[in-house]
Amino acid sequence: MTVESTAARKPRRSSGTKRAAGAASAAKAAAATAQNAEPQLVQLLTPEGERVESAENAEFAPFVADITTEDLRGLYRDMVLTRRFDGEATALQRQGELGLWASLLGQEAAQIGSGRALRDDDYVFPTYREHGVAWCRGVDPTNLLGMFRGVNHGGWDPTINNFHLYTIVIGSQTLHATGYAMGVAKDGADSAVIAYFGDGASSQGDVAEAFTFSAVYNSPVVFFCQNNQWAISEPTERQMRVPLYQRAQGFGFPGVRVDGNDVLACLAVTRWALERARRGEGPTLVEAYTYRMGAHTTSDDPTKYRRDEETAAWEAKDPILRLKAHLLATGGADEAFFEGLEAESETLGKRVREVVRAMPDPDTMAIFENVYADGHALVDEERAQFAAYLASFEEGH
Amino acid sequence: MAVEKMSIAKALNESLRKALETDPKVLIMGEDVGKLGGVFRITDGLQKDFGEERVIDTPLAESGIVGTAIGLALRGYRPVVEIQFDGFVFPAYDQIVTQLAKMHARALGKIKLPVVVRIPYAGGIGAVEHHSESPEALFAHVPGLKVVSPSNASDAYWMLQQAILSDDPVIFFEPKRRYWDKADVDVEAIPDALHASRVAREGADITLAAYGPMVKVCLEAAAAAAEEGKSVEVVDLRSMSPIDFDGLQASVEKTRRLVVVHEAPVFLGTGAEIAARITERCFYHLEAPVLRVGGFHAPYPPARLEDEYLPGLDRVLDAVDRSLAY
Repeated sequence: MTVESTAARKPRRSSGTKRAAGAASAAKAAAATAQNAEPQLVQLLTPEGERVESAENAEFAPFVADITTEDLRGLYRDMVLTRRFDGEATALQRQGELGLWASLLGQEAAQIGSGRALRDDDYVFPTYREHGVAWCRGVDPTNLLGMFRGVNHGGWDPTINNFHLYTIVIGSQTLHATGYAMGVAKDGADSAVIAYFGDGASSQGDVAEAFTFSAVYNSPVVFFCQNNQWAISEPTERQMRVPLYQRAQGFGFPGVRVDGNDVLACLAVTRWALERARRGEGPTLVEAYTYRMGAHTTSDDPTKYRRDEETAAWEAKDPILRLKAHLLATGGADEAFFEGLEAESETLGKRVREVVRAMPDPDTMAIFENVYADGHALVDEERAQFAAYLASFEEGH
Repeated sequence: MAVEKMSIAKALNESLRKALETDPKVLIMGEDVGKLGGVFRITDGLQKDFGEERVIDTPLAESGIVGTAIGLALRGYRPVVEIQFDGFVFPAYDQIVTQLAKMHARALGKIKLPVVVRIPYAGGIGAVEHHSESPEALFAHVPGLKVVSPSNASDAYWMLQQAILSDDPVIFFEPKRRYWDKADVDVEAIPDALHASRVAREGADITLAAYGPMVKVCLEAAAAAAEEGKSVEVVDLRSMSPIDFDGLQASVEKTRRLVVVHEAPVFLGTGAEIAARITERCFYHLEAPVLRVGGFHAPYPPARLEDEYLPGLDRVLDAVDRSLAY
């Protein structure tokens, strides 16, 4: 291209860009307004740690009426230990012990509140960020680290804790949850199923199909969406033009938006949705309105696409600080409790570090293991050939 | 009576009926599989006899069908899902490749997914676009899947039984233009192993290897060649993953020549893999390079051209002649 032709084309191109940019920014503003408005945000605990009663939460508050001060301390402990584990994993990635880590920082209330709402016989289908839910299910946190260290693709037996393997392909697990829930209904059981996913996943066809299937079969499944505002670098207005929870309406089941940084509200709303499932009233969409305080993963750099002011505004809504404020204000916990918890965090961190650093690489021949349940001639042949190849080096010396 | 003459369609129907009767965990899922009995009537009458809880009409969403089948399998069910036509499997391809195929391995063996995906495939019925394709290599290429295709009613009955009993996911390709071909089915026989090949016709001069709809074409070619004094062996591979290379090797070591025939495009297809491996295994036995007859690197053509596109008697015999000319 010559200089002249570039110059000749420039004005046309830039004026076109200007028009497009104007339209785009207006659309963006409209979209942001539409889905960032916070109607029906169920909240039981304000960011300052005060219990609230409101028309929006009247239906849900009874679902945590049984929660004692001791339970609140338990929820606090869950969140603190989960955050400690998560921070330890981030540090281990920085030290080269893990290849990658997807931090849940900021989403502790959404995960602990919903996770503690579950019964043992309920079944969980997580994404790859549900470390807090895994904690609630009794999955040893160090088991979560194998896939991020690169020694396996999921190191736990899903059937022990009814906690499925992490699913990396976005939204796929919502269909597995729906199918599992269809099976629960066929069995006549009153268990429920919960599928975790995010705001980005809500754009996936599989999620729409999961909504359709669960609606038409009236399956006992709760779709728990953690709207953490960011799908890597894309804000929610790139995924939707209506508040996310409203999507449920079009599929024929209720959707609720809950303060995802309020552990009590998340517990109440999830219990309510699970009860609906158990009673045979079908699926529910819960949108936990929260914020990904950290990066998407340790490979991400959020300074490229979001502003410090936004992150700072969400820091003021921190899920752990608000419950601490509540416990302090109500005398629900004393200094000894917080000190004891700090010591427990240290112990957990130390154990995680030690286990990860001692985690052995798998045996080379593990490549060929469990490809099939009933065996496969080609895998057998290639395993034997590769073993012979490896052995040839040893024999050669 | 143990032996009955029936079509492939009827054999599949009987096989599904048997599975539903034998194991209460077996489910049939798919579009129009209920009252209609499927667009090819393979599930005819099954919903009436086993109810809507076990023979399930699904929403029109293939990823949803396979994705929910995975969930049902995790709950202990054995879903047999029907994809209505070959060209419609692709919305489910993600679930099949990233989830169904890998879950046993990534769970370190703790999870089994006994899901059968039935797909009517291949051409020859004068259909519109996306209704005549042969995508088997796209599945055989994926570790974790097993891929089979029966060529006759007896195999249709037994291979489907075995696929349902398998603890691995099986992609079950049904040759739709052969649905109405009849053969004896012995429902009390001891069947061949699911992934074993079968010598469909013995011969001495050259081996034709095929599966599904092309086995019949190869048998016709062998009969025609016999009139010219050529002795052609036909091996029905039956399974594309795994492939019974031992069985095929035995045939090629005897005849010293091999032509692989399938409807799917030749490029990077099943025949390419067979040519490579048989060349490796039988290098000193071969009198000619392994030849392939199959589809072209072009979209499946409109129906008025499919007779020219599909490998027929003459194209198979042409390859036989070329091989024998070496």
